[in-house]
Formats: sequence, structure tokens, C-alpha cells
Amino acid sequence: MNAKRVGADFLVFARGYVRNPVGLFFSLIFPIILIGLFGLIFSVTGATATTVYTENLDHHSAASVAFLSALNQTGAVKIVVVTPVTNEPFNTWLGDQSYTVGLIIPAGFQSSFTNHTPVNVTIYTDPGDAQSGGTLLGAVNGVASEFNLKSAGGTPIIGATDVLLGSQVYKYIDFLVPGLIGFSILTSPMFAMVEISSTYRKDHLFRQLSLTPLTKGEWLLAKILWYVVLTFISAAIMITVGIVAFGAHVGFTAGIVPFLILGPFFFVSLGMLAGSVSKTPESAAVLGNIITFPMMFLSGTFFPVSGFPTGLQQVAHVLPLYYVIDGMNQVMLFHNTSRALFDAGIVGVGGAIIFIAAIVAFKWRDE
Amino acid sequence: MPNAIVVHGLTKRYDTLAAVDGIDFTVPEGKVFAFLGPNGAGKTTTVEILEGLRNRTTGDVTVLGFDPWTDGMPLHKVIGVIPQDFRFFEKITPKEAVEYYATLFDVKVDPMRLLERVALADKAHAHFDTLSGGQKQKLGLALALVSSPKICFLDEPTTGLDPQARRGIWDVIRDLRREGRTVFLTTHYLEEAELLADQVAIIHKGKIIAEGTPAEIIRDHGRPERLVVEGPPSLGEFLKKRLDRPVTVEDGHITIQMRDKSDALTVLRAIEESGIPWKGFATVSDTLEDVFVGMVGRMDDGIMRSEAAP
Repeated sequence: MNAKRVGADFLVFARGYVRNPVGLFFSLIFPIILIGLFGLIFSVTGATATTVYTENLDHHSAASVAFLSALNQTGAVKIVVVTPVTNEPFNTWLGDQSYTVGLIIPAGFQSSFTNHTPVNVTIYTDPGDAQSGGTLLGAVNGVASEFNLKSAGGTPIIGATDVLLGSQVYKYIDFLVPGLIGFSILTSPMFAMVEISSTYRKDHLFRQLSLTPLTKGEWLLAKILWYVVLTFISAAIMITVGIVAFGAHVGFTAGIVPFLILGPFFFVSLGMLAGSVSKTPESAAVLGNIITFPMMFLSGTFFPVSGFPTGLQQVAHVLPLYYVIDGMNQVMLFHNTSRALFDAGIVGVGGAIIFIAAIVAFKWRDE
Repeated sequence: MPNAIVVHGLTKRYDTLAAVDGIDFTVPEGKVFAFLGPNGAGKTTTVEILEGLRNRTTGDVTVLGFDPWTDGMPLHKVIGVIPQDFRFFEKITPKEAVEYYATLFDVKVDPMRLLERVALADKAHAHFDTLSGGQKQKLGLALALVSSPKICFLDEPTTGLDPQARRGIWDVIRDLRREGRTVFLTTHYLEEAELLADQVAIIHKGKIIAEGTPAEIIRDHGRPERLVVEGPPSLGEFLKKRLDRPVTVEDGHITIQMRDKSDALTVLRAIEESGIPWKGFATVSDTLEDVFVGMVGRMDDGIMRSEAAP
């Protein structure tokens, strides 16, 4: 391994990359667009409670107002009291307005409460928006139970104390930042190397290089170094955007450095291996997609793997990107060094095996 | 003079097809060797085996004493190669490409001087994908020369180039020869081989069908020198009776085969004696291209006839 030759090949590849706006877009701009889009979508969804349009037929009695106030205090729903609509059923009105949840406090709510006679509030839900319906149902049941207990003169026996994992309250964006850094670590080198391996072969560039003292290992190492540099830049941009634009609780920690090195090491090698075992550029692209797309969605890139069904969690545990993203989560969010070291070990050992396999599989010259 | 390249019994098979079928030849050091043949004859397969880019099926090959397939690394430090239809990284400039190769080969080179040598200095800072076909070939030539090689393999280096660019590459090849380097040239242009080559080998269907200097090949395989006179058919008829050698008449041209130079005087006297008016008078020799077309054509005809025979 000759450092001067690796450096020369790195420089040539880097220049070619920087001079190609498409490559730069997908490596640096595309992840920013992704973090912007996902950050906007999920930060809005996460911060806003489900709006519940409510018709209070008890003429704003103290009990009904207290009940609605208690619902608001859950934070899960936001009660918007609407004027009763004459001559039109409330559910029809909700449908006309494209609202998916609604609530009616019946007339006589306060007197029933005071007299300890059963009374039902009516909940309207839309099966097409099960999440909002479920949220409303849970909030109403919780508040109703509390009111029932008070009405019966009882005191709560079983309560719940909220203990946070890690050091802070996590938001979706906190998981999204390492997830999208992982996305960048996967997609940028994989797609590029699959294409490079097949087009270089088609254009006889490997044969051209085989006529120089440059070795296959030096050539591949130069590509890995370039994607490490690119990964550091894109990670810095994504962390900055996450913090500045969405208030993410992630920081520049030295703990992510091994993953920013080992990740590109693994996926540059894997892309090269996939391209090398394919006979044509078309089959290389198909193989690259078969490897990349499941990994993109099942490794915790956009959503934490812990929220997946058990079967999919098991699938995630055999995907190398899972260990990259999990490792970054451990160092950036949970400060769990031993788990991060385990993840880094998996990625490092796997990367070394794939690197050697790629070197063996790709041919400078023909038999 | 020692041989730079020695090939003995070289065969390359793809399944049952013999792309190269047991060929032998040697290339002396410091000479320009032209390897000629029609498309699919086995030229590129042979040159790629010599360059170490392709393995052989059987036979012995040494290039500067190295086995090209097993000793690729040391061999590539002493040879320079322009492959057919040279391509390189799209966004690299010629100057950067030369610097890149200089670092890979660990040699000191003045990039601009090398680019001037191949007449590409004016495009030193242009991206490769903006260069014309001829300029790309010139860069290929420049890169082949970075390591100051002892042998240059030039696989159809002038194909598709305009006449001026082609002459520019011829000049470089002549310079290489003057510097004592060996040049292994494959080309479609027989005129190019005749102009530049010290030695020529013609390969057809995987076998070498002629080898020697261009003059030797023309002498051994070409038709004898001829006199061509422009005149009416009656003059042809007169000369057929008057001269004891083959005379043919075609499209106002009367062709008389010569045995030696003095025949020209005999024929001129006979023409004057005829009293028939005539115009142009010239001696004509076969070129290497005539010999090549004739040999390859005759072999193809023979194969076609034997295939057609019951």
C-alpha cells in the first residue's frame, strides 16, 4: 500500500466528484432536503395535539367546562368548542368540514354529574384517521375516570411516574438526525460505487489503471477516504440543520467519528462488491437497489427500530446499517459507550470482510 | 540486436474459437513493429496478451524478459500503452492526468512539456469530456510516455483522426524510434505502417500470413512492377503481339508487366514503332495495402470456395 498513490487517486476522484454537480447534490444537498422535509412534517405532527371540534349542549355549565378543560390539560387533544348547528346532525357537519374527530357534551351533563346518574359524552371518530380517534378516546376515558373517581369521593391509588431514558426529552428529530446521517452513509457510496464499478469496466478504465503501479486495494481505499470526507461534511451539515432549524438534542460528539469512518468503509466496499459480481450495468443497478432499499427503511433511518413489529426488528438486526445508526444513537442520544463499541465492532469486522471480498471480486483485467 | 518481444506458439481460445492460433514472431529492440490485420483477425487479442491485460491459452511470451501475465507489475513500469479507443476520467484535465500518472509511476515529469510534445498543450486545462477524439488519443499517448517506457504499445492510435492529427502522432512515433524505444503498432492504415514500420507482420484469422520489412513483404507477396500507358485498345493489341510478356487492356489503360527496369525502354520503343497515339506513361508498384488486400482477399476467397465445394 503506497500512500502517495492513494493520495493521487483520492485527489483525482475528489476533483471529478466536485466537478460533477449531480454527485454533490445527492451527497450534500439531498440529505438537507430530507432532514428539512422530515423535520417539518414530524415536528409539526409531534407538537400539535389532536384538534377536537366539540359541541357543548350543556350550555357551558361548570361541570362541562371543567371536563373540557381537563381534556385540554392532557395535552393530547385541543378542544375547540363550536356553535351548535341547527337542523344538521353533528356528524354530518363534521364530515362536511372534513374533520375526523368530534365530541358532544350532552345537555344535562352537570345535573347528571351532580346527581350521580350515568351520562355519556359522544365521540365521533373516522376509521380513516385511527390515530386521532384513538387519541381522543384515550383522553376522554382518562378524564372520565378521574371525574368518576372524584364523584365517588375516592382518591387515586395507582399512579405513574414518568422516568425518561437518557438525559433528556427526545423528540422525533433527535432520532432523525443520526438516522439521516446513516441514510447518507448508505446511499451515497452504495449508488456511486455500483455505478462506478460497472461503468469503469465498460469504459475499460480499470484496464487503463491496471497498466499503472496503482493496486486495486489502493484504488478502493482512495474511494473510501473520499466518502469518509464527504460523510463528515454531510454529517456536520445535518447536525447543524437539526440543531438550528428543529432544536434537535444532538451534538458534535467524538463518539460518532468511528461510525463516520467505518460506515463509508463498509458501504463503499459493499457497493464495489455488488457492482463487481454483476455482469452488466443494468444488473448492477438492480442488485444495488435490492441491497439498498430494504436497508434504507428497515435500519432505523426514518423511525426507531424499537417501534417495528418483532419480525421486522429481527430483520433489522441483520442489516449493517442498523448497527451504524444504532451506534450513532447510542453515542449521540443515550451515551451508551459499550453498546456503541459493540456496534462499531460489528461494522468494522463486517467492513473488513466485505472490503477483502470486493478486492477479490473486482477484476482489473480479463482472463 | 536483442529482441524486446519474443512470441512462440501463442494461442488464445474462446471455447472452440481460436482468436490467436499458434503464432510466432519477434520484435527487435528499438524498432517500429507494425502488426496488421483485418477486423477480428486477432490483433487486439495479441497486443493485449503482450501488455498483460489478457491471459493466453498456450504458448511462450516474453516482453523485455517478463511474462506479461504473471509479471504485470514490473512490466507495466517499463511499457507504455494506448489502448484502442482511449477513454479516461471525464472531468480530469490533461495536465492533471499527466501529474496523476507521474505520481503513480513515481517519476518527475514536466506536464506542460510532455503535452507540448504531443501537441496538446493548448488543451492542458480542458476537461477530458470536452476534448475531440484526436485530442483524447494525444492524451493517451502522453500518458503512455509519462514513465519513459522502453516499449510503447499503440493500438490503432490514429483511428478516426483527421490527417493533421494523424501526422502529429506519426511524428511522435518517429521521435520514439530516434530515442531508441521499441514501438509495437497496430493499425488499419497500411500507408501508416509502410511509412513508419521497420518490420511488419500480417495476421489473418489468428495466423500470421506474412512477416518482414514492408519492402520484403511487397517483394515476396506483391505483383511485379508494371508499366501503364494510356492509349486505345489497338495499341494494346499491337503490344501484345510485339512484346513477350503479359499485357492487359482495361478502361483505356494498357498494363505491361516488367521483369526489370530496362524493360521500360523496350516498351517505349515498341510504342513508338506502333505509330498509334498515346498519352500517359508510368511505372506502378504494389503498395503494402495492395499486398494486404490481395493476400487477405485471396485467403477469404479460398475459404469461401472451399466452404462452397461439395
